[in-house]
Amino acid sequence: MVTLKLILRNRLAAFGGIVLLAVCCVALLAPLLPLADPDITDPVNRLKRPFSDGALLGTDHLGRDLLSRLIWGTRLSLAVGIAAALIAAFIGSAIGIVAGFYGGRIDDLTMRGIDMLMAFPYILLALAIVAVLGPGLLNALYAVAVVNIPFFARNIRGVTVSIAHREFVDAARLSGMGRLRIIWSEILPNVLPVIVIAMSTTIGWMILETAGLSFLGLGSQPPQADLGSMLGEGRKLLINAPHASIVPGVMIFVIVMSVNLLGDGVRDALDPRLRAGALSRPAAATRVERPSPPAAGKTDALLQVVDLQTEFQVGPRTYKAVGGVDFEVAPGECLGLIGESGSGKSVTALSLLGLVASPPGVIAGGAVRLDGEDTLSMNGEALRRVRGGRVAYVFQDPLATLHPLYRVGDQMVEAIRSHRPLSRQEAWNHSVALLEKVRIPNAAARAKAYPHELSGGMRQRVGIALALVNDPDLVIADEPTTALDVTVQAQVLALLDELRRERNMALIFITHDFGVVAQLCDRVAVMYAGRIVETGPTEEVLAAPRHPYTRRLIACVPELGGGRRALSAIPGLPPPVDALPAGCAFAPRCDKAQNACRQGEVVLQSCGMRAVRCLFPEGATP
Amino acid sequence: MLSYLIKRLIALVPVLLGLTVIVFAIMALIPGDPATAILGSFATPENVEKLNRDLGLDKPQVQQYLIWLGNLLQGDLGRSYSLNRPVLDEVLERFSATLILAGAALLLCTIWGLLIGIWTAARQYGWTDKILTFVVLIGISVPSFWLGLLLILLFAVELRWLPASGMFAIYGGGDLPDLLRHLILPALTLSVVATGVIARLTRSAMLEVLRQDFIRTARAKGVSETRVLYGHAFKAALVSIIPVIGVQAGFVLGGAVYIETVFQWPGVGRMLVQAISTRDILLVQGGVIVVAASYVLFNLLADLSQSWLDPRVKA
Amino acid sequence: MTPALAVRGLGKTFGGGRSLLGRPKPAVHAVRDVSFAVAPGETLGIVGESGCGKSTLARMLVGLLAPSEGSIEIEGKDLSDQTGDPVAFGRLIQYVFQDPISSLNPRKTVRQILEAPLIHLLGLDAAARKARIAELFEAVNLRKEFLERYPHEFSGGQAQRIGIARALAASPRILVLDEPVSALDVSVQAQVLNLLAELREAFDLTYLFISHDLAVVEAVSDRVAVLYFGRVVEMGQAEKIFTAPRHPYTGLLARSAPLIGRPLLRTEAAAAELPDPLNPPPGCAFAARCGRAQDDCRGGPPPLTQLSTDHETACLHPLN
Repeated sequence: MVTLKLILRNRLAAFGGIVLLAVCCVALLAPLLPLADPDITDPVNRLKRPFSDGALLGTDHLGRDLLSRLIWGTRLSLAVGIAAALIAAFIGSAIGIVAGFYGGRIDDLTMRGIDMLMAFPYILLALAIVAVLGPGLLNALYAVAVVNIPFFARNIRGVTVSIAHREFVDAARLSGMGRLRIIWSEILPNVLPVIVIAMSTTIGWMILETAGLSFLGLGSQPPQADLGSMLGEGRKLLINAPHASIVPGVMIFVIVMSVNLLGDGVRDALDPRLRAGALSRPAAATRVERPSPPAAGKTDALLQVVDLQTEFQVGPRTYKAVGGVDFEVAPGECLGLIGESGSGKSVTALSLLGLVASPPGVIAGGAVRLDGEDTLSMNGEALRRVRGGRVAYVFQDPLATLHPLYRVGDQMVEAIRSHRPLSRQEAWNHSVALLEKVRIPNAAARAKAYPHELSGGMRQRVGIALALVNDPDLVIADEPTTALDVTVQAQVLALLDELRRERNMALIFITHDFGVVAQLCDRVAVMYAGRIVETGPTEEVLAAPRHPYTRRLIACVPELGGGRRALSAIPGLPPPVDALPAGCAFAPRCDKAQNACRQGEVVLQSCGMRAVRCLFPEGATP
Repeated sequence: MLSYLIKRLIALVPVLLGLTVIVFAIMALIPGDPATAILGSFATPENVEKLNRDLGLDKPQVQQYLIWLGNLLQGDLGRSYSLNRPVLDEVLERFSATLILAGAALLLCTIWGLLIGIWTAARQYGWTDKILTFVVLIGISVPSFWLGLLLILLFAVELRWLPASGMFAIYGGGDLPDLLRHLILPALTLSVVATGVIARLTRSAMLEVLRQDFIRTARAKGVSETRVLYGHAFKAALVSIIPVIGVQAGFVLGGAVYIETVFQWPGVGRMLVQAISTRDILLVQGGVIVVAASYVLFNLLADLSQSWLDPRVKA
Repeated sequence: MTPALAVRGLGKTFGGGRSLLGRPKPAVHAVRDVSFAVAPGETLGIVGESGCGKSTLARMLVGLLAPSEGSIEIEGKDLSDQTGDPVAFGRLIQYVFQDPISSLNPRKTVRQILEAPLIHLLGLDAAARKARIAELFEAVNLRKEFLERYPHEFSGGQAQRIGIARALAASPRILVLDEPVSALDVSVQAQVLNLLAELREAFDLTYLFISHDLAVVEAVSDRVAVLYFGRVVEMGQAEKIFTAPRHPYTGLLARSAPLIGRPLLRTEAAAAELPDPLNPPPGCAFAARCGRAQDDCRGGPPPLTQLSTDHETACLHPLN
């Protein structure tokens, strides 16, 4: 139902659907319509023009009524095309599912066979099959179906393989299900949308192909006519009676076009990625839609973030991922931004230089001042110069964040030459020197490696070197060690710490790990539901947290050396950021919450170096 | 790279062998007796039997295949009974015409497909994107053989700008400009569908890549938007576009069957259609083998260019 | 006392064999010669970094993967001739997956997911199934109205409870918990860990707890086995193994864990790389990274030797 609604919301798809429905209805009702017999010849009335008496679309070279032949031909063409699609989809999908699910030798052999069939140019294989079976509409149907089987088998196999490796299939095996039952109840329901998509995008093709074979005289045989053979006959009279070929051609075109329009709609509605709007192109910088930037405060800070608000607008919902964040970073300082998933820490980091994908991201308010200049008001070129110049990023997963097709050295060279007028060779030498600096053994050779040739730890070192190429004043590291093993993480953290001290570089370090913050950061800001709830010097915050969330979160972290014990938890879940409660977002989970906490805005109260967003902070007299 | 090339070439052998098995099997399945077909329905049983023996048709299938394969490797595809000349000569002559047509079409669809795809991806949801996307959809929905007829009506019959059929003018033709004049309409017609497919794929591949994390990295390091689009995104998108161009080569080679019929282009496709209706089995066999083999070679080229582009393929 | 689970010489090799032309194909020994026993009611923690073979080991234990060598015995019953058959294993040992969402079929309701083991492993009728599912849901603290919902409607913590309920459905004796809380946030982790502890008491279960997080493993386990490159390199009491490690690798792990109040570790100079699995070193796999390595370490794999009643390590020159 939802799917149908989605298809209908797409106006083109709905239009295609309606046209197709109309054509199908007329074709189905052909026996009931007051039509002339399509096969009765009437040489006297041959080649009548369209709109003449008694023959709305004219007659062909044997005097047969074209309208009647068109409708009967449409009926035939549709039936053959749909039948071919169903046969191909059924057999192809069955082969694909079996090969993909069983894997191993079965997979190898079937796929070799399928590859062999695919080594023939598409129509050629259909021709060869018709050559064997002899011309005829049914044989053309078989040929088109067979030729399309490899397409389905390949596609469905790929999808099946990825589903067969999902954990819920293992879970089903552990539940005692047999293989056939797993295929039926676990694999098939998940593959079905893909089969439907593949069918809706190929059915138009199959109608075209059967028409094509008939056009060549290898499909339907006279006197029976489908659209293709009508076109084939019409071709011989192209100059004297163009209508005889234009009419069936228009019909084929209308059918295939409406099938394709509808097919695109089906695909958009069924593909979860497309449904989430994932295929819209992110702009070069996040859209900024704010009333007016807040006034600049007096500060010596390198970076001053004032009331930053970032939202994601998805359909009717607005997710306030960052709901008014303020912080400053002094030159050479390391600020830890800590929070659980969904707390808005990464979005905050990306918002600073407009790197949040937009759509759906929008910066809805606030200012980000770098030495007093607001990055959110910068034009494209000014922003480009800051990115990777004065401010650089290190991201979480370096396999996904480095370009897979460029050598790591070249990626560094590009970063350098986007900001400084260095020759390629100079930039290359500089890159190699930096790779040495981040302790990549044999740096000169590794610079020529592609990202996939390096281990996870090495890749993250490259990621760090890449951030350092233009000697930035500030590095923003977004969970740079989360994907790494502990022993590697320890090395990467030590490296980062050493580099920032040596170069007097400011660092914003985003993480969910208190242990890492404690070891690396001068100051820490704790985020919850899109806002900072507490900030202060790391040691003080960890030793005497003032926000109940901070206190209880620290208590949750198991520390090595404590032996066997029960761990503490915070009951409940963070609120969804599209439906934040009034008052303090933590109140529903807080054991100290009172009525006052659930109404009105709770502000971030400063007290010396520390600030806390709580009406009843820890350690204060109630 | 060289060792990869050699590996790919070796891997080609079983594919080509498989190809010959399929072609031989298909032809062996054809009902009816070639000898009867050759001698006509009034032949005496003795004559039929003698001819069968002469043609080696009384031997087991495997042996027949090996003999046939041996001949094939020596370039002997047999003799076409309808044309009364060696199959290989006829096929090669026709194939060169097909190659010109298909090559021109493939060139057209690749260039236009990529251009339209990149353009629409870069201007997603803009009005040019909407118009071009719709035009592309028309392109993949229009039956190419019908489009050919319409183009003939318009440019050859009505406007008389271009010739309606053939490869060369019957009188006084034969030079390159003459060939090009004859080539324009069929190559254009043949390329329309493939252009649409490549354009659609390029657009979606570009959009997909533009959402990847490494594009964000490129922007984060201050690379200009032009370079992000053409240097980073397009290069990565090409990895998924190249195989599709390979597949499209197959559609173009196959689609040539229609276009050659419509424009009476003296290519292998038209020859095949005629050979099927006259049941000239050896000619069908020869045509299919040569076209399929050339398609396999083209796909090898596509694979090689992909591995040249993507270092992960060789691993 | 019969151990709940006893494993002897367990190994798994992927690939290998010969190609059509008779050339040997590359083989990866994901797990080699692993032996241990777990007492009833005990929790054995298994620790290791990515690529150490801990997931392969887990999948063999529950019958999802047939071992290349060795035997698996559950409550004295040798299952060696039924390896790779989850049905034979399913009534005795079950598995809780790392990614709670992806371990639930997106197109089935929670009730359908929980019914599967009851039908296929226990053969219960509809009434008995209903009663059992109510019981399970009670046990994992979930509300009954969740039964008709689909997996994507749940948070990670809730989905993991459903995964645990599914594992418990057939009343197994042992649960293999493969990183059950790594995908969850810290504040939710403990909810699941504490639930697991309660369930162990209530149903008299034996746990194998696999994780890369040393602190979590230490908090929930009685004993811990440390895996490196497919082998057990150290095994001992949970409270001792990280505070007084004997194998240099365990020592490195313990020192690497970020800890509040401890400065950053700056010792290991060499790159922290695993050996090439296609071309493993003949001796100790850790030797290349080890400060204490001597020539004899590179000769052959050091055997797991008893250091005290309850502490074994595979090191020729153990730490003291």
